[in-house]
Amino acid sequence: MSAARAARFWAEFAENRVAVVALVVVVAMALLALLAPWISPQDPYDLSRLSLMDARRPPGFVGSGGYVHLLGTDPQGRDLLSAIFHGLRISIQIGLAAGAVALTLGAALGIFAANAGGRTEAVLMRIIDLQLSFPAILLALVLVALLGQGKAQLIAALVAAQYAYFARTAYGAATAERRKDYIEAALATPLPAWRVVLRHLLPNCMPPLIVVATVQIANSISLEATLSFLGLGLPVTEPSLGMLIANGFPYMMSGRTWISVYPGIALIILIVAINIVGDQVRDQLNPRLRR
Amino acid sequence: MTPVLEVADLRTHFLTRAGVVKAVDGVSFALGRGEILGLVGESGSGKTVTGFSLIGLVDPPGRIVGGSIRLEGRELVGLSQPELRRIRGREIAMIFQDPIATLNPLLTIGQQMEMALRAHQRVSPRAAAARSAQLLEQVGIPSAAERLRAYPHQFSGGMRQRVAIAIALLHQPRVIIADEPTTALDVSIQAQILHRMRALARETGTAMVWISHDLAVVSSLASRLLVMYAGRLVEEGPTAEVLRHPRHPYTAGLIASLPAMAPPGAPLRQIPGSTPSLMSLPPGCPFRPRCARASAACAQMPPLARAGARAWACHRPEEA
Amino acid sequence: MLGFVIQRFLQAVLVMVAMSVIVFAGVHAVGNPVDIVIPPDATQDIREEAIRRLGLDRPLWEQYLIFAGNLLEGDFGRSFVYNVPVLELIAGRLPATLELVLISVISATILGVALGVYAGYRPEGWLARTIMAVSVLGFSVPSFWVGLILILTFAVSLGWLPAGGRGETVEILGVPWSFVTLDGLAHIVLPAVNLALFKLAMMIRLARAGTREIMLTDTIKFARAAGIPEGTILRRHLLKLISIPIITVFGLELGSTLAFAVVTETIFSWPGVGKLIIDSIAVLDRPVMVAYLILVAFLFVSINFVIDLLFALIDPRIRARRTA
Repeated sequence: MSAARAARFWAEFAENRVAVVALVVVVAMALLALLAPWISPQDPYDLSRLSLMDARRPPGFVGSGGYVHLLGTDPQGRDLLSAIFHGLRISIQIGLAAGAVALTLGAALGIFAANAGGRTEAVLMRIIDLQLSFPAILLALVLVALLGQGKAQLIAALVAAQYAYFARTAYGAATAERRKDYIEAALATPLPAWRVVLRHLLPNCMPPLIVVATVQIANSISLEATLSFLGLGLPVTEPSLGMLIANGFPYMMSGRTWISVYPGIALIILIVAINIVGDQVRDQLNPRLRR
Repeated sequence: MTPVLEVADLRTHFLTRAGVVKAVDGVSFALGRGEILGLVGESGSGKTVTGFSLIGLVDPPGRIVGGSIRLEGRELVGLSQPELRRIRGREIAMIFQDPIATLNPLLTIGQQMEMALRAHQRVSPRAAAARSAQLLEQVGIPSAAERLRAYPHQFSGGMRQRVAIAIALLHQPRVIIADEPTTALDVSIQAQILHRMRALARETGTAMVWISHDLAVVSSLASRLLVMYAGRLVEEGPTAEVLRHPRHPYTAGLIASLPAMAPPGAPLRQIPGSTPSLMSLPPGCPFRPRCARASAACAQMPPLARAGARAWACHRPEEA
Repeated sequence: MLGFVIQRFLQAVLVMVAMSVIVFAGVHAVGNPVDIVIPPDATQDIREEAIRRLGLDRPLWEQYLIFAGNLLEGDFGRSFVYNVPVLELIAGRLPATLELVLISVISATILGVALGVYAGYRPEGWLARTIMAVSVLGFSVPSFWVGLILILTFAVSLGWLPAGGRGETVEILGVPWSFVTLDGLAHIVLPAVNLALFKLAMMIRLARAGTREIMLTDTIKFARAAGIPEGTILRRHLLKLISIPIITVFGLELGSTLAFAVVTETIFSWPGVGKLIIDSIAVLDRPVMVAYLILVAFLFVSINFVIDLLFALIDPRIRARRTA
C-alpha cells in the first residue's frame, strides 16, 4: 500500500471514534503483555515468593511480601494483577501464533486450490467446506484431547480448527482475481507460474485475509480461554487468562468473585477491542458498503 | 385538454458524504391524457431518478428538494409515504428494466398479482384470480388462468416483462412510468412489447412516460420527446419535429449517432467526450465541454427557450 | 424430485462413511486406552488379556470393519470407564442436550430474525445501532464467560434462578424432560440463555445483512411501486426471501450449538452428552468419544439432508433444476 493510500485509509478509520479507542486498547494490551515481566509488581511464576497465607485475598490487601495487591490474589496466593499481565502475554502469544500459522497454511492451500483447478480444486474445497460446517470448538476439543496438553499441541489444535476459514477466503479472492485479464496475460508469459502467484495473486488476497486474521486471532484467544477453562488447554504452569478464570470459578459461589472476574474483564476487553478494529477494517475494505 | 401530470421545476438531489449530487435539477413538463412521452438521455442524465421522483420512491440519501408534481391537479410533492402508497399502483404505476429482478422468484405469478390487487381493493381470491387472468390475456399471455400458478422462472424474459406490465395495469392507472422496459429483451420481443404497449395506451387512455437511452425505440413509440442532459431538460418537442430539426446540439449528436442515420459501411458518428460527473459540474451550460458550437456565451446557463410546441436550452441552437 | 432426494441421500451416506473412517482413525491415532482401564502395576498377562478383550490386537482395518459393522447394528461398544453400553450411556444423556439445544436455537432464531430484520430495515435508527452493538458483544464475549456472569448475577447475587442441574423432570414417552415443570423451567433458563446468546448475535447479523440487501433489490422496489403496504412487503416478500439464508444457518447452527453445549453443560452441570464427552476426553474413554463424534456427524448430515429438502420446498427454482 502506498503512503497516500495508507493515509487515506487511516483518515477513514479515524472517523469512527469507537474503532480508534479500540485500536488504542489493543495496542495498550499488547504492550502490557510484551512488558509483563518488567512491569508486573510480582513474578507470579516464582513459587518461592508465594505464600498460601496470601491466597484468595480481596483487592487492596497488603500481602506478606509487602505488596499492595490492587486486584487481590488468586488461590495460590499470586498477585492477580501480575497474573493477569502474564496471562495476557500467554493468551496473545497463542492467539498470534495460531493465527499466523493458520493464515500461512490456509492461504497457501486456498491459492493452491484456486490455481490447481479441475478435480484437485473440487476435492480440496469440498473437504474445506465440510470442515467449515463442523464446529471449530469440537475439533479443537478432540485434538487437544488426542495430542495432550502443552503450548505446541494447543496451537496445533487451534490451527486445525481455523485454517479452513483462511483457505476459503484466500480461495475466493484468488479465483476472483484469476479471472481478471492481467493474470491470464501474466500466466501466458514464460514466467514461472509461482512467480505470478507471488507477485500478483498473493498481494490481492491479502486485504480479505487480514480481515479474517483479526477476527480469527480474537477467536483463537477466545477458544484457547474456553479450552483452558474446561481444563483441556495449557498446563497449570502456564496460566493463560482462561485458566485464571477457571481457577477462580470454584470460589465464585462463596462471593470471592474477583479471582475470576478481573481476568475475565481483561479477556473481554481484549477480544471486543480486536473485533471492533476488525469490523471497521472489514467495512473499509468492503466495496459493497462504500458510498 | 388539461394535462394528467404536470411537473414543474422538479429538483431531486442526493446529499452524499462527498457532496450534493443534483441528479434532477429543474425539470418541467406536462403529460396529456393517453399521451406517450419519451424521456431520453445517456445513463447518468437523471432520467431514471426523474421517474422514481414521480412515484415518490427516491432512495436515500436522495430527496426531492424542490418543485411540484401534480397528478390531475393534486400535488404529490410533500405527501407522506402512506399517502403516496395509496397513489402508487392505483394512479401511477411503474415498470422496470430487468424483468428477472422485479418479480419475486419464490412466489407464483398469481400470488404476486393478488398481492398487488389487494394493495388497493378488497377482493376475494376468486375475483383476484379472474382479474389477474384477464390482464395476463390482455398483455398477450396465452392460457392465462393456468399460468397464474406458475413461478417467474418458468417464464421467458419477455413473458416476465408482460407479467410486470399486467401488474402495472391492474388498477388502470392514469400514468405508467416505464423505465427502459425493453432494454433487457431481444429485439423481436422488444417490438412485440412496444406494439402491445401502444395498443394498451390507446385502449385504456393510460398516459406513459417512456424512459430510455435508446432514441430509436422511443421515437417509434412516443408522440413527444424530452431530452435530458446532466439533470436538466435540454430539448422538448413533437417526436417527428425533434428528429427532423433538433435544436440542441446534444440532441443533434444523439440523432447523428443512430445507426440508421449512417450510410451503410460508414463509421458511426458519436458525441465526443463523456457524461460529466454531476458532483463537479462546470458553471454554465453542462454540455459546453463536448459541444462543437460552444461560444463565450455558453459560460452562462442557457434558459429553456420556447417556441410553439418546441423548447430548447441552448444559446446557439441549431438552425430550424 | 424423487431423483433429487435419492441423490442427496446417497451423498449423505457417503459423507457418513467418510466421517466414520476419519473419526475412527483420528481417535486411534494417539493415546493408548489400555493404560487407562488397567492399573499401571498390572502384570503383562492382565494387560494382554485386556488388549484382547477390547480387540486392540487386531489390525487397524479389521478393527474398523468390526467397528463399522457394530455401528450399523447400533452397537457402539462399552465405555471403558462406566462399563455400560455406550449407546445406553448416550441415549440417557441425549434428551437433556436436545432439550437445551432446541430451546436455545429456536428462541435465538425467532428473536434474532425479528431484531435483525428491524436493524436492517431502519439501519440508521438508534435502536438498530443498539441492537448491533449488543450483537457485537454477544459475538465477541466467550460463551463460558457469559455463563459465569449469568450464574454470578442471577444465582449468586440475586438468587432468582438455580445455577445448575436439570431440576424436576417429568417422563414423557419414557424420557425425562425439564421444560414441563416450573422447577425444570427455572433450571433451564440460564443455560438456555447462555447457549442462545451467541446464536442470537449471529442471527441478528445475518438477518440484518440479508434485509439490507433484499430491501435494495428491484423486487422490493417494484412491490413498492405497485403500492403494496410496507407490512405486506416485509411479511410476504422479505421474510420469504430471507428464509433461504436463515434456514441454511439454522441447520448449521443446530449442529454447532450441539457442540457448544459442551461448554454450557460443564458450567451449569447440565447432565447432557456435552458434559459426558468432556469427562470422557479427560480420561480418554475412547468408545464414548467415538460414539459422540459419530453421533454429531450423523446429526450434521441428517440436518443438512433435511435442509436440502426444505430448500426444494421453498424455492421452486431448485425444484425445477434438480428434477430436470
